[in-house]
Amino acid sequence: MAFRQYTVGARMFGLALGSSMMITLFFPSIDIRNVTATESALDRQLQDGWDAGFNLTDPILKGWNKPVKVLMTKDPKTGAALPPGTYAYVYSAGTWFPSGIIHPVILGAGASDLTVQKGRVGEADNKAGAVFMVKHGMFEGQDYAYIEDVTATQGWMPEAVLSSAPEANVSHSGAGKTMFVREGCWWCHTLLPEETQDWQAFGVPPMLGDFNGASPTSFGSDRKAPDLLHVASRNSSREWMLMHFFNPRLVQPHSIMPRFDYLWGDKDASGKDIDFGKWRAEYDEYHEGKRDTPPDVPEPAKNSEIRELLDFMLSLK
Amino acid sequence: MFKYLFAKNEDIPTGSAAIYFGFSSIIWFVIGTGLGSFNAAKLGFPDFVTGSFVFAFGHMRQVHVMAVIFGWISMAFAMAMMYITPIIGNTKLWSEKLGLWNCFLWNVGLTLALTLMWTFGIESGREYSDFPWPIDLYIVFFILFPLALNVWMTIKNRRTQGIYTTNWFFAAATFMVAIVFLVGNSPEFFHLTGLTEAYLTWWFAHNVLGLWITPVAAAIAYYTIPKVTGNPLYSHRIGHLHFWSVVVFYSTPAAHHLMSAPLPEWLKSFASVEGVLILVPAIAFVSNILLTMQGKWHMFVENLEIKFTVTGVLMAIPLNMQGGFQQTRAINWYIHGTGWIVAHAHLALLGFSTFMEVAAVYLGMQTLMRRKLYSIALGNFHYWMLLIGFSTYWISMTIAGLIQGAGKIYEVPYIDVVVAEHPYMIARWIGGTMVFTGNIVWLYNMWMTARAGTVIPAGRQPHELAYER
Repeated sequence: MAFRQYTVGARMFGLALGSSMMITLFFPSIDIRNVTATESALDRQLQDGWDAGFNLTDPILKGWNKPVKVLMTKDPKTGAALPPGTYAYVYSAGTWFPSGIIHPVILGAGASDLTVQKGRVGEADNKAGAVFMVKHGMFEGQDYAYIEDVTATQGWMPEAVLSSAPEANVSHSGAGKTMFVREGCWWCHTLLPEETQDWQAFGVPPMLGDFNGASPTSFGSDRKAPDLLHVASRNSSREWMLMHFFNPRLVQPHSIMPRFDYLWGDKDASGKDIDFGKWRAEYDEYHEGKRDTPPDVPEPAKNSEIRELLDFMLSLK
Repeated sequence: MFKYLFAKNEDIPTGSAAIYFGFSSIIWFVIGTGLGSFNAAKLGFPDFVTGSFVFAFGHMRQVHVMAVIFGWISMAFAMAMMYITPIIGNTKLWSEKLGLWNCFLWNVGLTLALTLMWTFGIESGREYSDFPWPIDLYIVFFILFPLALNVWMTIKNRRTQGIYTTNWFFAAATFMVAIVFLVGNSPEFFHLTGLTEAYLTWWFAHNVLGLWITPVAAAIAYYTIPKVTGNPLYSHRIGHLHFWSVVVFYSTPAAHHLMSAPLPEWLKSFASVEGVLILVPAIAFVSNILLTMQGKWHMFVENLEIKFTVTGVLMAIPLNMQGGFQQTRAINWYIHGTGWIVAHAHLALLGFSTFMEVAAVYLGMQTLMRRKLYSIALGNFHYWMLLIGFSTYWISMTIAGLIQGAGKIYEVPYIDVVVAEHPYMIARWIGGTMVFTGNIVWLYNMWMTARAGTVIPAGRQPHELAYER
């Protein structure tokens, strides 16, 4: 039997699908590639590190292989006082660097040039560890934010930076982003105030260059709860957030958010076992009106997952 | 079925792979909708099963989505391809053995992937491409590629001169879904970041629906309706229009999922216009199928497969009216990120596509097992549980979405929106539970069909026999 070979159809199919890919993949990639990273993008990727979703350095999403962000008050080498609001991003030995350090080209024109030339990120070595800062500089007459490897430019070593700062100034927001992804916060809370509204309630929508290096962006699509991109600007109370994470109904009786008490782990800050059964029983008594006050929320341990998530929440300014 | 995995290809009874896929898909449908019902209960009653890592909403939501898309829908597609492709080509399936291995590896891989996702929270952080990249590679090379190979080789070895509409879609969609998987997950393979990652996430999410689920579901209807009614397809040409407009228009509007994100404006405008053009394949498909029904509308009441298929086709009308226009800037600003979208997604997957796949599984299982459906009463119960359960879900979520939209526009304190949505969350849970209940009954009905259904005489089709119970 003479078969129809469909040669014309097959070629037309290739042409149609190929054109569609050209328009939806290749053309946008040219535009997106030309976007220069903003200061916010540099801050975000330096505190998040390599990747917050599944990756080979953190396959079960425990927040491994993440940098910490440190609020600096004095120079770890000279001891000289630093201006308020100086932050350093500490990558201890072995911690993977984010894309902007490995491939500065993703930072876009201006930012990538300054990052390579003045920031000297090419000298950063992840086996030895490195400390980074976000700085501002002029390139071809325009001001850009860029990344500086202060281990190379000023000789700040990761251990020295960590030991020069009190514990309260160290933020584990990078590991906290992993918790945000793993716990599925983004199934209900978006990280994207919409361009068409939301300005008053949720703050300024992000700009084109605010995402270079972010992985994953985790915008979220199904908003069953308030947007969180600027949550710490609305509410920066650590106590409120702890109560809200442990049992949201403690501070917001109508909330449908799940309890995240299991992120406290087994032990509290003083090393005592947390008795969840007792807590829930006492909370139920309070709920039924048999107690005047709810039981106290345990103070989380320094290395608990909730502390990391809390640091991430408080970093969302 | 396991005994045939190592049998010689010619010793394996015809239809084994399709039957294996059929039962697997029904079981995944029960699991997927059960998880959906459980998740919905948590949204209605937040302290239902609380304080547990494994049963946290954030660890189970994506398991529901992945179980229904890659367990139920895609396996039902594979089931349909395993028996429809050879029938249309007037030949046998190229390799029953490959089909059986395909189904076996599919079940193993999906079970493993969902277990990891559920018990450890392993997650890429990218909606719809939630699986970590090693699982994505497994899906491409051990699930999609063997399926595509079997479909393509069966079509190549056909004993008909031309290729019927259904098989164009099968052959093209199995190719396109592999491309979508490989390109859409490239942010994970190559660590692409930032807006590229955000855009490719939604490029994947859009195209896995547009180039896999929608065309294959439609292809099934192109087979079921002419086969059972006995009417020839109304127009082969309109079928052409449908096919080509899917390839050209449905593959391009990915950016309309990010209309309020800072993507290049030309891209959003282009995506929005292309999104409206999705109405071209949609209208071509719906009109072609409904016109094929001419003179046979009594079967919409009398025949279970026609009832399911036509219901699915009718649901394509509101689905595409929503889909075409809700992504334009004029409407998107109001409903973006609300329950409206959740309702729309369920209209596509639980309404439009599921109803057609259910028909294909009912028809294929009877044809291949040579057994008449055990009970039409249970079949009709299944139909009405699905239809009423889905409608309850869709209506309640659409209303909830409109409330959320109003709350968003008028900047109502968010907690007031949560309070206002509460009754609809309970309605959603009731609707989802009805669907789950209907599916358990379906599994029983299919099992009893295999065990106790009346044997169909040689040369007869299942729909030619009268229902007995």
